[in-house]
Amino acid sequence: MKWLPLLFANLKRKKTRSLMTLGSFIVAFFLYGLLATINDAFNQGIEIAGADRLVVRNRISLIMPLPESYKEQLKQIQGISGVTYGSWFGGVYKEERNFFPQFAIDTDTYRDMFPEYIIPDDQWKEFLKDREGCIVGKTLMNRFNWSLHDRIPIKASIYGGVWEFNICGIYSGKRKTDDTSQFWFHHKYLDERRQWGHGTVGWYYAKVDNPDNALRISETIDNRFANSPFETTTETEKSFAAGFVRQFGNIKLIIRSVGAVVFFTLILITGSNMAVSIRERTGEIAILKTLGMSRIRVLVLVLSESVLYALIGGGIGIGLAKLYTLGGDPTKGMLPLFYLSGYTIGSALTVAALVGITAGLIPAVNALNLRIADGLRRV
Amino acid sequence: MVSTQPNQSPKALIVLRNVSKRYRRGLETIDVLSQVNLDIDAGEFVAFMGPSGSGKTTLLNLIGGLDVPDNGSIIIAGEEITGFSDSMLTAWRARHVGFVFQLYNLIPVLTAYQNVELPLLLTRLNKKSRKKHVETALSIVGLNDRMHHYPRQLSGGQEQRVAIARAIVSDPTFLLCDEPTGDLDRASANDILDLLQRLVSDYKKTVLMVTHDPMAAGKANAILHLDKGKLNSVSKGLATS
Repeated sequence: MKWLPLLFANLKRKKTRSLMTLGSFIVAFFLYGLLATINDAFNQGIEIAGADRLVVRNRISLIMPLPESYKEQLKQIQGISGVTYGSWFGGVYKEERNFFPQFAIDTDTYRDMFPEYIIPDDQWKEFLKDREGCIVGKTLMNRFNWSLHDRIPIKASIYGGVWEFNICGIYSGKRKTDDTSQFWFHHKYLDERRQWGHGTVGWYYAKVDNPDNALRISETIDNRFANSPFETTTETEKSFAAGFVRQFGNIKLIIRSVGAVVFFTLILITGSNMAVSIRERTGEIAILKTLGMSRIRVLVLVLSESVLYALIGGGIGIGLAKLYTLGGDPTKGMLPLFYLSGYTIGSALTVAALVGITAGLIPAVNALNLRIADGLRRV
Repeated sequence: MVSTQPNQSPKALIVLRNVSKRYRRGLETIDVLSQVNLDIDAGEFVAFMGPSGSGKTTLLNLIGGLDVPDNGSIIIAGEEITGFSDSMLTAWRARHVGFVFQLYNLIPVLTAYQNVELPLLLTRLNKKSRKKHVETALSIVGLNDRMHHYPRQLSGGQEQRVAIARAIVSDPTFLLCDEPTGDLDRASANDILDLLQRLVSDYKKTVLMVTHDPMAAGKANAILHLDKGKLNSVSKGLATS
């Protein structure tokens, strides 16, 4: 701690160079924060998916329906303790840019299937009574500044017309990672008003007694409906979420590739700056050694300076990324879980420290090996 | 007492016996110091004079533990430092030697106070004790009112006084001054030399100084002449004549 004044004083030595170096860290870690947030937003669904839930969908495609009658057949399969279903509505609020996911749900079973969503009982009861009622996630409520009992017009892109709903309840998530940007309404209402597709649903969720049996039960389900007009593909909710993410390409690979290029460049920039900075201070390092500073302490001092650059720049960069993500999903609906996690902040600071150490290593070793007499001659 | 003959002073603080130092430059070997013998008692103010390349700075570096001889032994305060490892020499230097250089060599981004405090950061002294030591050292050199100034805000003479405060703040056994007045005007040089004299007379410090300036050397108790790596003679300076 007592060497901190010297470390901070060294940052002020060449202000332009320090600002440039800090700037490169700030930009890199701002980018790191955003890329990691996007990656997390894509993968959060996989992380939080229930291990005991299966998703049953039409084998041809997710947009193809399944008969409503499958509900009873699914319930009869051994190992399944609960079944619910939902359908995609695909509407927008007032205009196209106000997109968010709306699901028509089986109100008898949906709440039991997803205990992670919290809805006050009185609001749920009110929802059950109102055929045009809807339940809206907390994030979505905030996004449009809606209030309980507001009447909301939704322009239906698939079924046509404007459908109006009454907000009967607001749901929140038990975990910070739970998606609270959805809009649920009665499947019966959908069936009543739509002109086609009666008696069909978009997909089923099946709860299994024991997650260890998920694979076996999935096979049983798919075998049960094989060779029927509506064959199924069943997988765990986690696997379904992962498949959904894969449709966008290998996000993780893209992010890692960009990150690797950015950080390699950063190491070159910082390493070069540190090398120049230390070379300019050869005489001063010789003086510190003359005064009795050990070689190891010199090594630590130079590395600390490099790490200090990295942590300040990285800290500011990741801080700015955090501020940016506080503004919420910039795509207005495509990435509902868009937030910078504490884990990402921690990993960014760890990466910053490692970049600092790597970049400072060669200058530090040169300083360590500097002969005092040689250093003093260069003053 | 100062002597260039072996076994002269049983209570000498600094003893050099047959010290030699060579440098290699390509295929050529240069004898910088050759069979140097020297005894210096505590409390002496000794000036080393000689032409450029005569080995003055090398001799100072060897006595200060900044370099090691190829042959011979160096004994300081009864401790033979010749066989010390690098880390032992580092610790020994921090304890026993104060250095003053021609170009002051202060850290430009630190204040006078912080520069003087540097050697104490290597000790276990707490902040309060360090402050007391730094203020004492700065008051000895007469710069208490400039402690929060940066080197660029000080004159050359003041910078050198800060460097001297840095050299004495840890109360070393002796001071090594390499051309301490070489970059100063006459008036500032005299101030510095008076200060060094005062450190010897009032604080009983031992001071070894390399200089080209006969006037500066004249302030010392003894002047040693070096030529081609050999200590040739000892002559009295103005201070003792």
